[in-house]
Amino acid sequence: MPETIIERGSRSGAESGSGPRTGTGAPAAAAQAAATPGTAPETAFEAKIAADERIEPRDWMPDAYRATLVRQIAQHAHSEIIGMQPEANWLTRAPSLRRKAILLAKVQDEAGHGLYLYSAAETLGTGRDELLDKLHAGRQKYSSIFNYPTLTWADVGAIGWLVDGAAIINQVPLCRCSYGPYARAMVRICKEESFHQRQGYELLHTLAHGTPEQHAMAQDAIDRWWWPSLMMFGPPDDESAHSAQSMAWKIKRHSNDELRQRFVDICVPQAEILGLTLPDPDLKWNEDRGQHDFGAIDWSEFKEVLRGNGPCNEQRIGRRRQAHEDGAWVRDAAAAYAAKRALGAAGPGEAAA
Amino acid sequence: MSADAEDAGRRTTAGSGGTEPSADAGVGAGPDAGSGAGVGHGASAGAGPRGADAGTGAGAVAGDWPLWEVFVRSRRGLSHVHAGSLHAPDAAMALRNARDLYTRRQEGVSVWVVPSTAVTASSPDEKDPFFAPAADKPYRHPTFYELPEGVRNL
Repeated sequence: MPETIIERGSRSGAESGSGPRTGTGAPAAAAQAAATPGTAPETAFEAKIAADERIEPRDWMPDAYRATLVRQIAQHAHSEIIGMQPEANWLTRAPSLRRKAILLAKVQDEAGHGLYLYSAAETLGTGRDELLDKLHAGRQKYSSIFNYPTLTWADVGAIGWLVDGAAIINQVPLCRCSYGPYARAMVRICKEESFHQRQGYELLHTLAHGTPEQHAMAQDAIDRWWWPSLMMFGPPDDESAHSAQSMAWKIKRHSNDELRQRFVDICVPQAEILGLTLPDPDLKWNEDRGQHDFGAIDWSEFKEVLRGNGPCNEQRIGRRRQAHEDGAWVRDAAAAYAAKRALGAAGPGEAAA
Repeated sequence: MSADAEDAGRRTTAGSGGTEPSADAGVGAGPDAGSGAGVGHGASAGAGPRGADAGTGAGAVAGDWPLWEVFVRSRRGLSHVHAGSLHAPDAAMALRNARDLYTRRQEGVSVWVVPSTAVTASSPDEKDPFFAPAADKPYRHPTFYELPEGVRNL
């Protein structure tokens, strides 16, 4: 649980004197512009990074650091809420009440993770509504893994084991990210993710030890989700545009390829226990490296999905927009009710005064 | 989720269409994760209707609900600790959303919600002068004092 309330001042009237931020980060930008002539704030920022201290919202920070964080945290938040869709697809068809309750809890967690992350992004001066607008307009991305379909019930297991497993590998180092609110959100998320991964693994294990048809269904799910899961770690290090700067800023702690290797090494023995085969003929233990070698990833597929040409890109963003629009009346009603109550509360008070 | 995923090109409209069996239960319709009073509601509640309610009372911020800070007492005997923040149209909804967002695993026995605008914070720019008065008063700590040999229970 986050320890301090210090960062919350960032969005209070205390900072800009103008109440909660309206989404442009203008007060912070102005403060930054004023601070730039002297190099003191920049030096202080660099010193904090070097000392492995956390940057908090009201600290001076370079524009590019702020922009990088907003981009990454927003993309992460969007991934959480778009990620609700492929699994929610199976809620009504879960094979038992137990599985259904578990899946409901997991999908609800994903919504919660999205909210933790939108909150973290908001400490940087960008409002949640603005981020959602950008998602809906296709101007901000979400993880391309969620553009693949969940064709069978076994896919729910594969997502838990592989997709959440890869997410955990990516996210654990983010708990030490240099930006305090992001790191604290990740601590909370990582605690909850391990249930996600275990329920997926248990589901697959049950299928893999069931009838031949169930085993085949589990294997088919692994065959389809393995490679996209490896792509979740992002492009190879030598092609990763943001990596170097993010590492320097300690937003990112390990390279894409390093994390991908860690994931492969963890999954291989887990797949053996499942009795399922990872679909890579080149996958084998390399004694010299003390790690597994694995086959080449088809990056053209990755790029195509990112460009919007994955199997479900249209469906995912379309449903997100629709859910948002369909929920408008609820937001309207809640706002109207709150306004009416506020008036009611103010009315008698004024009359009495 | 890699930050790099954003790099490759903008979206086009050439998606091949979903091959996913289309289920009746979309994200918005589940009994629990859906559009009711759960977390799911909060998630989709991001942008209040633009314009329309931007000027309504209850401290509504343009396009979005007010922000609330959430404090959770994890068990009896401990104080409330800041857990995070959330948007809600009013205090009652903030409390319900806080329950769903921050205590899904019995993390708390009591919750406070406070409008974020009600928090006054010290400024990091003034950090040194603000906290400096305590820096040169080591005599406020018991370790400042030297005790003679053999003194006990002091």
